[in-house]
This record gives sequence, C-alpha cells and structure tokens, in this order.
Amino acid sequence: MQLQERLTKTELVSFYRQMLLIRRFEERCAEMYMLGKIRGFLHLYIGEEAIAVGCMSALRPEDYVVTHYRDHGHALARGMDPKVAMAELFGKVTGCSRGKGGSMHFFDASRNFMGGYAIVGGQLPVAVGLALASKMKGEPRVTVCFFGDGALNQGEFHEAFNLASLWKLPVVFFLENNLYGMGSHIDRTYAGGRDVFKAGEHYRIPAAQTDGMDVLAVREATLRAVEHARQGNGPFFLEALTYRFRGHSMADPVEYRDRAEEEAWKVRDPIPTFQRYLLENAIATLTELSEIARQVNDEVEEAIRFADASPEPPPEALYEDIYA
Amino acid sequence: MPDLTLREAIRKGLQEALDNDPRVFIMGEDVGAYGGAYAVTKGFLRQYGPERIRDTPISESVIVGAGVGAAMGGMRPIVEIMTINFSLLAMDQIVNHAAKLRYMSGGQLMVPLLIRTVTGGGAGLAATHSQSLEGWYASVPGLKVVFPSTPADALGLLRTCLKDPNTIIYCEHALLYGVRGPVPDTYYEVPLGRAEVKRPGTDVTLISYGRGVHLCLQAATELARRGVQAEVIDLRSLRPLDLETPLASLRKTHRALIVEEAWPMAGIGPYLGLRLHQEAFDDLDAPIAHLCGADTPAPYARNLERLSLPDVPAILKTVAEAFGL
Repeated sequence: MQLQERLTKTELVSFYRQMLLIRRFEERCAEMYMLGKIRGFLHLYIGEEAIAVGCMSALRPEDYVVTHYRDHGHALARGMDPKVAMAELFGKVTGCSRGKGGSMHFFDASRNFMGGYAIVGGQLPVAVGLALASKMKGEPRVTVCFFGDGALNQGEFHEAFNLASLWKLPVVFFLENNLYGMGSHIDRTYAGGRDVFKAGEHYRIPAAQTDGMDVLAVREATLRAVEHARQGNGPFFLEALTYRFRGHSMADPVEYRDRAEEEAWKVRDPIPTFQRYLLENAIATLTELSEIARQVNDEVEEAIRFADASPEPPPEALYEDIYA
Repeated sequence: MPDLTLREAIRKGLQEALDNDPRVFIMGEDVGAYGGAYAVTKGFLRQYGPERIRDTPISESVIVGAGVGAAMGGMRPIVEIMTINFSLLAMDQIVNHAAKLRYMSGGQLMVPLLIRTVTGGGAGLAATHSQSLEGWYASVPGLKVVFPSTPADALGLLRTCLKDPNTIIYCEHALLYGVRGPVPDTYYEVPLGRAEVKRPGTDVTLISYGRGVHLCLQAATELARRGVQAEVIDLRSLRPLDLETPLASLRKTHRALIVEEAWPMAGIGPYLGLRLHQEAFDDLDAPIAHLCGADTPAPYARNLERLSLPDVPAILKTVAEAFGL
C-alpha cells in the first residue's frame, strides 16, 4: 500500500469507515433478503468496497457517476444515506427511487449519482452522453462510468469507447474486473486476454490498471484518470483488479468457482488489509477502529429500522413519474 | 400561407430549434457532411457547425444512449436514427433506459430526447428496411410516439415535441417527404394526443396515420363519387392516443375502418380497435374493420410488395365488404 499524497488521519479513517459501512450494510442486506424483506435480485458488492470508496474519494461533487446493477457500494460511497438506500431495498416510499427502482436501480440526482443500470453494458452509452453534455456546456465535470468484465463483450463497450475517444469526452471508463460475468470466467468469455486495460490502446484511450483491493491505490489511479479527463484530454480507461467474495446474486451458490482461488483473494480482503495499514502506520488505534465498527453497526441497524417502519408507496404512485 | 413539402416543414422546425435554443443539437449517422440520408439536414453542417450537427459512427446504441445521457445532462438532443429498422440496435437504450429512467428514479431524472426516424414500406427495400415499428414503441409506457402526415402537422408537432420533457419517437414516412401542403406563416403548435378530422363525413370513419391518411383521403374521394361520405381521421400521435375524436366520429357514422402499414398482431390498430369496441359498442352497426400490412416480412418484388401494403383499392374493397358501402 503506497501513499503518494498526504492524506489526513480523518480522511484515511473515513475510507475505512465507508468500506466497513458498505460491508456491514450488505451483510445485513443478505439477511434481510433471507427474511423476505428484500425482493428481486440482490447483487452484493462484498470484496469490492475499496474500489467504490477509493474512486469516490477522488471525485468532486459535480462529477457524474453511473454504474451497473451491483450499485449499493457506489451509492453509499457517493454519500447516499444508508437509511434511504435500505428503504429502497425494502420497496418503501422513503427509498432513493421512492420504491420504484429496487436494488439494481439506485439513483440520487442530488449527488449526481445518475444511477444503477441493470442491463449489462447499457450504462456505457449513457455515460458518453453525460460527458458530451458537460463538454458542450463547458462544465468541468467528469463522468465516471463503472462496468464489469461482463460488459466487455457487449457491443456498447466498443461503441462507447469509440465515440468517447473520437469526440474527446471527459469520461473515465472504470472497469471493475472481478473475473466473472455472472458464472463465466473472463478467460472463457473475453478473447483479449487478462490485461484488459490494454484494449484502450486500440481506441487511443490512455489506460491504467490498479489494485482494486487497495483503497489508496484506487484513489490515486482515479485521481490521475479524472485529472486527465478534466483537463480536456478525452476519456481514460481504468481497470481495477478485484474479486466478488459472494455469488453473482443471492440466487447463486457459486458452484463454478475454485475454492483455492476464492481463498487466495479473501486473504487480500480490502478491509482487514487497510485496517492493518492504519494500525501499523499508527494512523488509528484498535480502540478507535472498534468504535467506528460499533458506529457503523448502529448506523446500519438504524437504516433497517427506518426501512421497516417506512410506508409502502401509495397505490397512486403506480401511475406517477412515467412522464415528466 | 406558403406551400411546403413535409421535408421542408421538418427542416424549418429543426432550424427554429437550433436558432432559438442553444441546448439543441442534432446527432446521427451522416446528418452532417452527407446532409442526412433523406436530405432533411442538408446544409445544416455549414450553417450550424460540427459542434451542433454531429456526424456519428454507425453505432445506433451509443447514438441513442448518448442522447439519453446528454438529455439528462441538460442538453436538448435531437437524434436521427436513419430508419426505424436500425432502431432495433438501440432498442435497449430506447425501451430499457430512455423510457424508464424517470420512473425508476422515482421522478428524479428527465430524458427530454427527440428521436427522429424514418419508417414505412413501399420503396422496394425488402424485409429489413420496410418495417412499421411505431406501434411497438407506442406500447411502451414512458415513450411518446408521433407520426405526422402533412407538412403543417409535421412542423406543429415538432415544435410541441421540442418543448416536451420526455423521450419522443418522431416518425417520418419515407414516401411522404415530398408531400406538399399549406403551412401557416404565423406560429402555431400541434398538441400531442389530439387526432384531427382531415375530412368530415357521415357514413363511415376511416382512421389512420402517416401515409395511410393520404390513402384514406383518396379513398374518401372515390367513395364520395359513389355517394358515401367518409370521415377521415388522422391520429397524428400514437402515444398519447386520442380516443375521443374517433369515438365522436363513430357515434356519428356507426362504422369504422382502421388503416395502417404495420402487421396485424399486437399493433396500434388492434389496440385502438379494442378500445373503440369497448367504448362505442352500442353505436356500432358493424364490427370495426382493420386493414394493415400483410402478416409477412416485406417482400422485394414490386407485385408482392404492393399486395403486402394497404392501398386505395384495398380500402374500398374493405369498406364494401365490411359495411356494404
């Protein structure tokens, strides 16, 4: 773990706190799913928290974020209130999308969090358009577009990269390469090999690879990528290597994966890894981190209480917000 | 009141929008240097420059998706999809994203995107280039679909569409670009969801949109020679769909024929027919008739294509068979 910039203790500890919040939030989501409080598909981000937290810490409030269906981590790291996030999962009117979107469709326009898109690759063209709007309006915004390795094989990957590069749009294409598109390993689905970031070369998009298990590495890589785009140099392609600790969704018993592979990645769990870093560098004490864990726990429990107590959307909401 | 072609009317509407609203820009395949596949945007590139008249690669998904994103980002994009057949490549962006973002975000987002596209058959382009898919899009909540048949409506509807904060599919029939008609000099708009009686009559109602309206008007002229007064209704917009105008007509004529180029199943015609039956059953002297495209892919051969599309003789034949008129 390399620290190139001088970050305050508060900042560093907040990264820890946010990763822990996402982890705890989703562990409890899994339980709420088993209890039937959460319906539909539930795709957990557990194992990938360093990416959302590292990336969001490098963005400005005016930057746009679009992502895929595994979107809880991105939303929470972008500052969405866990109560509002949990209420959305519970299908309550107090949810971020007023109960209309669910797990795969979190939106928070007030934070320029422009949504979770549940069709693989579908968010890439939308991100290009947001970046186009920023460029045409002369705004210094950057759009960060998360996608998984499954999206590499959608035509939209090519279409979006090509157009963003042709038009030099301020977009960071952020690949969260967790090696699996649902249950299919990248080696069986993507012909371009493992160093996917090199695909950027073909589109003349500068690219880099970063360690998605290291929150500080992700932050630094994102800072460089975003700065490139913000300076008007066009898109940047960032690949973070990571691993999904759970199945694709709650319905997935993960029978297609090698246990040794799983264990090798779990050793690199971003949260204990960062905890060790904080302790070894005397940035925080174990007491302080335990206190944070307690607070995070309380915050998640409060979110569940809030979601549980919130009302369902009223019947008339069925026909609301179809048209502006 | 000058006469304009439908193409000129659309050009006028687009130019007005580009002149009056800096958020408006046009993007699509060959809309710039080439001048548009159907010459609608000819000369625009020189007039407005490449920032606002954007030639894109042949990449329908990112064209529409970039339109969705740009609209969410505060611009007023007009996207041209060269023909509605190619919109299938952008179906995900249109149906899953443009149409749904407002709903799924609980009202947080707006997608004020205008998608212009060319539709219809009759030009010998065979099965992949002759489809009338407007009814598919009209079936999607969250989208609006308009389809002008006259230059005046084309301009009036375009003005309204560009003030509407939703995603709209604006359909242009390939064979109507040269149709000429009076267009008022004074500013006017045509509201969405309001059909128009293009010719009043008392004996039978002919309901259509786009090119079908012209066929119905010709048929009505022929029917008048036989002493039958046909009322011709132009739907103009398929979603929102005006039921009141056809219903008022039905209550007068007691007979209706719906004419469209689309296939017989699962289109706007069958839906409209069902609704009219439900609402006006007691007023009907006969079941509502439906004349549509053949239930086949569009053939290339001239004779087969002619057989596959509604025409004036087919309208007259259907009116005679269904209503004895």
